[in-house]
Amino acid sequence: MSEYTPARTLDAKGLKCPMPVVKTKKEIAKIAVGEILEVLATDPGSMADITAWAKSTGNELLEAKKEEGVFKFYIRRTA
Amino acid sequence: MSEEKKKCSIVVFSGDMDRVMGAFIIATTAAAMDMETTMFFTFWGLQAIKKKTGTGKSFFGRMLSMFLKDIDGIGPSKMNFGGMGRWMFKKMMKAQNVTTLPELRQMAIDLDVKLLACQMSMEVMEIDKEDLIDEVEDAVGAATFIAEAQDSDIQLFI
Repeated sequence: MSEYTPARTLDAKGLKCPMPVVKTKKEIAKIAVGEILEVLATDPGSMADITAWAKSTGNELLEAKKEEGVFKFYIRRTA
Repeated sequence: MSEEKKKCSIVVFSGDMDRVMGAFIIATTAAAMDMETTMFFTFWGLQAIKKKTGTGKSFFGRMLSMFLKDIDGIGPSKMNFGGMGRWMFKKMMKAQNVTTLPELRQMAIDLDVKLLACQMSMEVMEIDKEDLIDEVEDAVGAATFIAEAQDSDIQLFI
């Protein structure tokens, strides 16, 4: 349903702080610069945390949304 | 994006499960946010990087050793009740799928968090370098920590 084509998806559902962010960091290293990582999470803190992570690492958070109880993030690797 | 990485320096003085947990959560997150992160373990905090081995040579050293744990054995700062609290918190954290302390430490190592041990408290407590996990980079003094902390963006004492 998404307009993005992720090169990789990280299923972080069920994981608690700080794991969604830590795993996002590890996963984004596995895609090429310019590609998109999709992150799925259920941790309610992840909306604020992934946003903060992207801001501080400089990766581009294209979209963050909640769908049927799952937070979905689309992040473009920038460096 | 950033020409020079930001830095985070953490002193881990406490050997309490809850505080050490806070320290590793912050360290792994800082590292995940591209910060060059250093943890400096001193006094009771040395338990967080100690192997599960007996330590000490002198009478006092060996006596102290009986009270020193490894990262899986340390108890919470409140409500430990001789180990009951540790057991309860571990159960409650597992129920919430919270990452365990040993896993958090491994995650920190995987993210290249630098682990340093305090040379002086190692000597006082009769803990040798061989008693610490292999990933500990070095045993150093306060000046090394200050030098790290001086040009860090975040400095914490836990």
